[in-house]
Amino acid sequence: MGTITLRNVRKAFGDAIIIPGADLEIGHGEFVVFVGPSGCGKSTLLRLIAGLEDLTAGEIFIDGQNVSDVPPSKRGLSMVFQSYALYPHMSVRNNIAFGLKMAGMPKDEIEAKVMKAAATLNLTEYLDRKPRQLSGGQRQRVAIGRAIVRQPKGFLFDEPLSNLDAALRVNMRVEIMQLHQDLGATMIYVTHDQVEAMTMADRIVVLNRGVIEQVGSPLELYHRPDSVFVAGFIGSPRMNLMTGVVAAKHKAQTIGVRPEHMAIIPSGGDVDGTILLTEHLGSDSFLHVDGGEAGRLTVRASGDFAGKPGDKVSLKFEPDRIHKFDGSGRAVR
Amino acid sequence: MATQQTRALGRIAVAPSVIALFLWMIVPLSMTIWFSFLRYNLLDPNPACSLLTPGQLLDEANRCFAGTTNYYYFLTDPAFFKAMRNSLMLVGWVIAISVIGGTLLALLLDQAIYGRNIVRLMIIAPFFVMPTVSALVWKNMMMHPVQGFLAWITKSLGLGAIDWFAHYPMTAIVIMVSWQWLPFATLIILTALQSFDEEQKEAAQMDGTPPLSFFWYMILPHLARPITVVILIETIFLLNVFAEIYVSGSGGRAGNLPYLVYQYGLLSNDIGGASAGGIVAVVLANIVAFFLMRMIGKNLEG
Repeated sequence: MGTITLRNVRKAFGDAIIIPGADLEIGHGEFVVFVGPSGCGKSTLLRLIAGLEDLTAGEIFIDGQNVSDVPPSKRGLSMVFQSYALYPHMSVRNNIAFGLKMAGMPKDEIEAKVMKAAATLNLTEYLDRKPRQLSGGQRQRVAIGRAIVRQPKGFLFDEPLSNLDAALRVNMRVEIMQLHQDLGATMIYVTHDQVEAMTMADRIVVLNRGVIEQVGSPLELYHRPDSVFVAGFIGSPRMNLMTGVVAAKHKAQTIGVRPEHMAIIPSGGDVDGTILLTEHLGSDSFLHVDGGEAGRLTVRASGDFAGKPGDKVSLKFEPDRIHKFDGSGRAVR
Repeated sequence: MATQQTRALGRIAVAPSVIALFLWMIVPLSMTIWFSFLRYNLLDPNPACSLLTPGQLLDEANRCFAGTTNYYYFLTDPAFFKAMRNSLMLVGWVIAISVIGGTLLALLLDQAIYGRNIVRLMIIAPFFVMPTVSALVWKNMMMHPVQGFLAWITKSLGLGAIDWFAHYPMTAIVIMVSWQWLPFATLIILTALQSFDEEQKEAAQMDGTPPLSFFWYMILPHLARPITVVILIETIFLLNVFAEIYVSGSGGRAGNLPYLVYQYGLLSNDIGGASAGGIVAVVLANIVAFFLMRMIGKNLEG
């Protein structure tokens, strides 16, 4: 089991309110990603769940039990830290075993669990090395090993991949997803990278200034963003957000259209503009278009698009893909 | 980058300072070695060198070769063994007190206590007090059997006064010197404590580490290197303690090797014997340093 429930969770450091009040239900075995720009309170929320920060107000339940005042080690959660936080003077074996040793487990049982965790993570041949003798990816695996060996109800990941290079990050991403499938445990994963969020999550929690903007599956967030913030944050390249006359035509304060939902036609589209730049990725081309009143727009075109900077284009929005937002930034449907 | 030419140029450029430092070290050392083989007494300008040693008179200061006689007399002097023991006792006790006390104080000062900065400053203060001043303060204000603060405390408790320097001179010296060196150990260990990784602390918290285990498995290994540094540096300086013993007048019973050398050289005016003692002290210090490095030096690697 591993359900986690937040009820009106608040956190303030003195006068600075980090999280004004968050409610969230996380089901057993779910992979939930907290995503948002830096300083949005996503790490604080994770640390509140872990018990590393005290709640200012509100309650946290794990498996229906109120753990608001329970110390971190008794909550049945494991955490993987951004810097891995391995114990530098201990071998990999002792790093993984330490939590069990502190829990007073018999030695042979610890050894069996460590070996099993090491085998899962391909660490068997490194068990007697010190952390500083390992590569970044291996350290990451040790940190995960330390987390899984305790067989927690849930895993908490605090930006675990941000210290790895791009290629390794993609590999570890797949490994963590694989691990989630194998263990079937609840996982909460914090990241500022919306690509990580989209690819890994069962559900994404988008945070902005401590407020949960929207919770939903990756595709829900992509297709039906509740606010301008979510619309702009999810999706790469960013959604084009337009205000003024262009938006007024659709009876909204702001409208948003994703680059992939615009067609390039010779004339008579929703917006006429001039190509400023083209980026050719092979499969696609991204055009940066000066749309006049619509502002600067990004448009996805086919990989062999032949337009050059300076060319005039007209852009036709797919009518059912136009997101409309009111003055307060909420979606109008 | 380092071509033949730049390397040669580099050597020429550093040569003056290397030569100056080398001379600075080697001249006094070689003079001491030279004196240690001479019969050289300021009070007894006895020209009859041949009475003691068959050597030839060297100059009008009535110095003559003595061979290894100075060493023989110094090393067989019962005072030498006593001084050796006092030296080692002083070093050992002060290091033990300052490392253990320094670790405890540093742990305390690492907490967010009210007025922490002032407390830190006050804790560091004894290190800036000159040894002679500290000896006078301890002798006349703290440990004096009549008007001393410690005597006042013990008398108020009805225990009677202790005449520290008369009855427990070695203990008194150890207390005095520990008071001076405790801040140094505290400072170094505190700095190391403050560099302890916050996330590691939290990881230990997630692992459910109780405070004592946290200290034993996390803090102590983290402090291994600074404690090694404290031990090495304090050993060097504590072998040289002189002012506290001299000023407090405890040289007779708590005198260490430097004090014995002083007795030879300035009380007996026996320059040859004092030089021999000085050389013996240098050799002993090197032996101690060698074993220290063997024992704990590996903490300093990587």
